[in-house]
Amino acid sequence: MSDAKRAECLRGKGVTKIFGMGDKKTVAVDHVDFDFREGEIISIVGESGSGKTTLSKMLLGLISVSEGQIYFQGQPRDIKGGKKKREYWKNIQAIFQDPFSSYNMFNKIDSVLLDCINMRGGKHLPYEEKFKLMSEACSFVNLEFKELTNKYPFELSGGQMQRLMIARIFLLKPKILLADEPTSMIDACSRSTILDMLLKLRDEINMTVIFITHDIGLAYYISDQVYIMEHGKFVEHGAAEECIIHPKAAYTKRLINDVPKIYEEWDLSTV
Amino acid sequence: MKNTLRNIFHSPKFVIGFVIFFGLLLFTFIYPWFVMADPLEMVGQGNFFKPGTYVSVKDTVDSKYYTLNIQAKSANLGDHIEDKDKADMRDWLVNYGGVSQEEMDAADDNTLVALWLEHYDSKAKQKGLLASKKKAFVRLDKEIQKLASDADMIIAQENEDGELEETASVDSQQYVNTRDISNKRTFVLGTDNFGRDVLTELVQATKVSLKIGLIAGTVATLIGLLLGLLSGYIGGVFDDVIIFITNLFTVIPSFVLLILITYSVGQNARGVTLIATVIGATSWTWTCRSVRSQVISLRNRDHVNLSKLSGHSMMRIVLTDILPYVASYVVMAFILQISSGILAEAQLSMLGLGPSTTTTATLGQMMNWATLYAAHLNGSWWAYFPVVFVITIIAFSLNLMNTGLDQVFNPQLRD
Repeated sequence: MSDAKRAECLRGKGVTKIFGMGDKKTVAVDHVDFDFREGEIISIVGESGSGKTTLSKMLLGLISVSEGQIYFQGQPRDIKGGKKKREYWKNIQAIFQDPFSSYNMFNKIDSVLLDCINMRGGKHLPYEEKFKLMSEACSFVNLEFKELTNKYPFELSGGQMQRLMIARIFLLKPKILLADEPTSMIDACSRSTILDMLLKLRDEINMTVIFITHDIGLAYYISDQVYIMEHGKFVEHGAAEECIIHPKAAYTKRLINDVPKIYEEWDLSTV
Repeated sequence: MKNTLRNIFHSPKFVIGFVIFFGLLLFTFIYPWFVMADPLEMVGQGNFFKPGTYVSVKDTVDSKYYTLNIQAKSANLGDHIEDKDKADMRDWLVNYGGVSQEEMDAADDNTLVALWLEHYDSKAKQKGLLASKKKAFVRLDKEIQKLASDADMIIAQENEDGELEETASVDSQQYVNTRDISNKRTFVLGTDNFGRDVLTELVQATKVSLKIGLIAGTVATLIGLLLGLLSGYIGGVFDDVIIFITNLFTVIPSFVLLILITYSVGQNARGVTLIATVIGATSWTWTCRSVRSQVISLRNRDHVNLSKLSGHSMMRIVLTDILPYVASYVVMAFILQISSGILAEAQLSMLGLGPSTTTTATLGQMMNWATLYAAHLNGSWWAYFPVVFVITIIAFSLNLMNTGLDQVFNPQLRD
């Protein structure tokens, strides 16, 4: 599908986030424009401190936008007030970097999944029905719900926790998924499983995935569109092949050079 | 949760503190079952009785009305003295005591003893007497003195004419089992300046002081927790206002504030609960500050963000996603607040600004009374030392519990 045919999902114009005032003023995200289309996988690549996470929090509506406007499905996004925010969060969900801190360690795993069912309006379903939904979600991510029920998050491995997060997304079926480095805390073997699941999920519910990463190789592997971010600005964006195989910006070239290659000597001069 | 509790009760420091504290608490509840007397009942007329068992003077003799101890030294002492000794006594009195022969001839046994007690002097000049004989007289004198002082007690009773009439006599060799004495009091810790049993008073004072500590701790923790949670989570202008007020309370020494408030409340209105509440209302600042700083670091955690994304309300996020994470700290703060509440009450009462009540005592008030009546100057250690000891034990046990909890919750501190 070409860009023109895909429906508009999230669009930003001059989106800026400024922290602090006066001398302590920090511009974390500096007048960025973006256009994310439905069903695409978009990667936002940048090194630490480039403003990726700040941008993602603005997209999620967890922090306010200092300047500029975000458009959701063609309309200016309005998330003033708790009710509108909750409505917006039915459309956008997130997976965070650290699975160990993503869970409230005082709550059982069931409650995480039950919350999702309640949010989708399944509050009054009988428990058997809920159980069926939860089992289905767990089997989607190759987990057995029967083994997880009544367990606490810390009794699970990091990979299991992150897969459960995907099960959560499976239950919520949002239009947009914001994955903030979901694989960076996970070992390499689990990493591909999790990425596969994300791709499968995208295909199943035609979800837009905004993938935030510092790993440009990973971005190339999964994404349709790539945005390269440096010091709060997008220095380059475009289709993944175009952007990564034929980079124009010096920063992109540097990022590509920094990827270690198994059969070549690693050039550490740019690091 | 279960795991945490198991860890807590495996910490020796916590367990020791817990046992001491709850032992003390339990004692204050059990003691009144056995000693039902009013803790502020005044027994005995004197003040600062030494610790020990006291028998009612009235009950030492078996009389219904009143007793009279008559000095019956010479009533029938003569019977106990041998005739040979009597002759010696007569000789001595005539030769060296300055008693005339006629008087001596007229004297019967009782008069003889009376004369002997009156005139005998071991240092008198006794010309012609051997040293051994002199010593024999000294021994004889001692014997008679002893007999005289051990003389029977006579119980007299007022008759119809208003005169005392002998009803019975108590022999010095008569004994009665202490169990048969009904009006016997044991003052393990003596009595205080008002003649009140210090132990009973102390137990009740401990109970009241613990109550003050618990109320003060609860009030301080609740205020601090509520303000800390809200200002930390909401942030912005609300946070600025709260932290301004908190700083204001931190800068003004809370003890000065406490004195001013309790003084302005007035003597009559100062009850135990009011004092406790005032103590709590002036000591919440540190809890508030620490809770706030912890909440600020927690509110940007992923699990809180995820909870927001799951559409939970602010109240629910604060109660389920933030409160459990600060709960361990709050429990520790609460324990310290109890201890500081008890100490604050003691300080206030020492100044005479404590709870004004005539029905209950507090540890601070007992200290105050002991100071006012100069117990520390007249050596009545039992009036203030046990109080100091109890205050120390309470503070010690609570701090021990706190340290134990600290080690469980912050594994880095474990030694």
